[in-house]
Amino acid sequence: MSHLEKDSFGAKLGMWLFLFTEMLLFGGVFILYSVYLTRYPKEFGLGGHQLDLVYGATNTAVLLTSSLFAAMSVTAIKTGAKKLTLGLLSGTIGCALIFLGIKYLEWSAKFHHGIYPNSPKLIAGPPGESIFFSLYYLTTGLHGIHVIVGAVLMSWTAVMVQKERLNATDNVTLENVTLYWHLVDLVWIFIFPLYYLIL
Amino acid sequence: MSHETAMAEGGFWRDTGRTGIGAWIFSTDHKRIGLMYLYCVSGFFLVGAFLGLLIRLELMAPGPTIMTAQTYNAVFTVHGVVMIFLFIIPGIPASFGNLVLPIQLGARDVAFPRVNLFSWWLYAIGAVIVLTSLFTGGGAPDTGWTFYVPFSARTTTNVSLAVFGVFVLGFSSILTGINFITTIHRMRAPGMTWTRIPLFTWSLYATAWVQVLATPIIAITLLLVVTERILGLGLFDPTRGGDPVMFQHMFWIYSHPAVYIMILPGMGVISDIIPVFSRKPIFGYKMIAFSSLAIAAAGSAVWGHHMYTSGMSDMGVLIFSFLTFIVAIPSAIKVFNWVSTMYKGSISLEAPMLFALSFILLFSIGGLSGLILGAAATDIHVHDTHFVVGHFHYVMFGGTGFAFFAAAHYWLPKYFGRRYREKPAIVGWVLMFIGFNILYFTMQVLGMEGMPRRYYDYLPEFARLNFVATVGSWIMLAGVAIVVWNLWRGLLKGEPFTGNPWGGASLEWSIATPPPTENFEEDPVVTHGPYDFKGAGVP
Repeated sequence: MSHLEKDSFGAKLGMWLFLFTEMLLFGGVFILYSVYLTRYPKEFGLGGHQLDLVYGATNTAVLLTSSLFAAMSVTAIKTGAKKLTLGLLSGTIGCALIFLGIKYLEWSAKFHHGIYPNSPKLIAGPPGESIFFSLYYLTTGLHGIHVIVGAVLMSWTAVMVQKERLNATDNVTLENVTLYWHLVDLVWIFIFPLYYLIL
Repeated sequence: MSHETAMAEGGFWRDTGRTGIGAWIFSTDHKRIGLMYLYCVSGFFLVGAFLGLLIRLELMAPGPTIMTAQTYNAVFTVHGVVMIFLFIIPGIPASFGNLVLPIQLGARDVAFPRVNLFSWWLYAIGAVIVLTSLFTGGGAPDTGWTFYVPFSARTTTNVSLAVFGVFVLGFSSILTGINFITTIHRMRAPGMTWTRIPLFTWSLYATAWVQVLATPIIAITLLLVVTERILGLGLFDPTRGGDPVMFQHMFWIYSHPAVYIMILPGMGVISDIIPVFSRKPIFGYKMIAFSSLAIAAAGSAVWGHHMYTSGMSDMGVLIFSFLTFIVAIPSAIKVFNWVSTMYKGSISLEAPMLFALSFILLFSIGGLSGLILGAAATDIHVHDTHFVVGHFHYVMFGGTGFAFFAAAHYWLPKYFGRRYREKPAIVGWVLMFIGFNILYFTMQVLGMEGMPRRYYDYLPEFARLNFVATVGSWIMLAGVAIVVWNLWRGLLKGEPFTGNPWGGASLEWSIATPPPTENFEEDPVVTHGPYDFKGAGVP
């Protein structure tokens, strides 16, 4: 019976279902964003201008590059190029770390200016501004946790590739981790314009 | 485990590499996982029922009766949290779903057996976290199971931990849903076409989609409550520009579809039992299968009917009210099809059938009272009264609860290889049915007369009916006790149960009793539908 063999289509189906749940998880945050944006358009505009476009744009480029590496690693493992796969996975993990580093710099700068959840400055300011930054920290924080989880998964997959548990014929786990990584990237593709560009 | 010693006869009970408790809590066998869920949810059901009894005792007479107001708030909150998140949501899908679904499809296990075990672990961990929250920090939560802000963001009781526990339980529910969808798509035996899938499994399919698509919303909502309490984000705090009504929307975007996670598997159980005990193929198979999907879809767009009094535009109220009435159509399709199946059937009134029949009646009363709440004008009158409490106990307990017991009487003998005694089962059922109606119908009358829900004290004119309701709760719990005791005793020490005594035509009745670890000796090839009794060769 077919289920005694490894069902890589089934595994991918399961992963896609899980990605739906991730989209809906972030969907909840985006609902709040859209409702509060219509309520406080001016304060959101002011808040958006305080975000650093250079940090945001650099991080977008870093994440897109990491996704490219991840996609290439899937092609690489299917041709049996173990070294190349490992190199590309390291590239993805490296990009994830750079992303988190830049995020750390960006958050620290904001903290330094007294802008963090429940800070006296935000409490004293207009309510819409406090909502904007609360949402900003919530969204980027939740996304950051997903970047960390993705990097851990990538490292685990790299170990599996090294041990050749994942190889040219059996590589659906790598493909699934890559799918997850693309989702993390995709969410950022929405966060970046919503917070940095359109306001 | 005592069951293991009592049930060393064979099948999946014996066949394992590990010994002791490790053979259970590390087993990826869907039947063992299903039984572990069953023991857990049954235990939590009894805990929740005991708390419900305490609520009724407190309300037996006006004024303080057996507890303080703060204790009362905690008791009704914990009753709700335990019953909803620990019993009824995982109740039928995770326990009977795990036991039955793979076999009904002709598979040897679910698609991701290790994820299945992980899901049980998450359930166990979530349950431990919820229970820990009751006895640590500022004491048991007192917000009601709905965790409404702003109170839940401010109360000094241990809301953060309880909410985090529910978050973990949600993760467990999602993983079960993903597993079932993938199993149904990928693991069907040759010949098991979509229109040969038993209706119980069909209902689990619809349920699984709701679990996958709705649960993430409660996850983010509950995370927001925790961040609100710990980081002070202020997203639901009006003084900081937030809006508490947004919490209610996000909460009900999950929690209304969640009632279909609760009821759909119950309907599936009934759809499987009625034809077997009527000796007739199910009437309107495709419509019942389709109506499960229709309920899941329509039910996902009606959450606003919990919020008619929360502040919403008239247009919003109108649309949510209209959509709510739409849900009644697929529900009614099921009820009419069950009744049509019985028409001119050769009905045998054994325990599973009695529970199934009472399901139809109680669910219909609950469903129809739901329309009173779904219509905006009448809802304003009964909103937040005991009418609502009566309504959802009719659908949740009269519906899902009775279906849970129907499933237990129908399927468990197959897995234990022993059966309960029929007479105590019927006596217990009669008491449950009578007590249930005395308790919850009285609540609906009280609500119509204006008695609010969740209040510690009430006006003297409500005293007589509250006393009646409390007496009803004793009768019902006496019935529950007899039923549970009879099942417990019978499944462990009762008469042997072999073969296919009910005469079911779906695949689980074609294999050995108890089922072997691999379910099927040889991979089955399905040649007939699940209710084709002639094709299955049963009399």
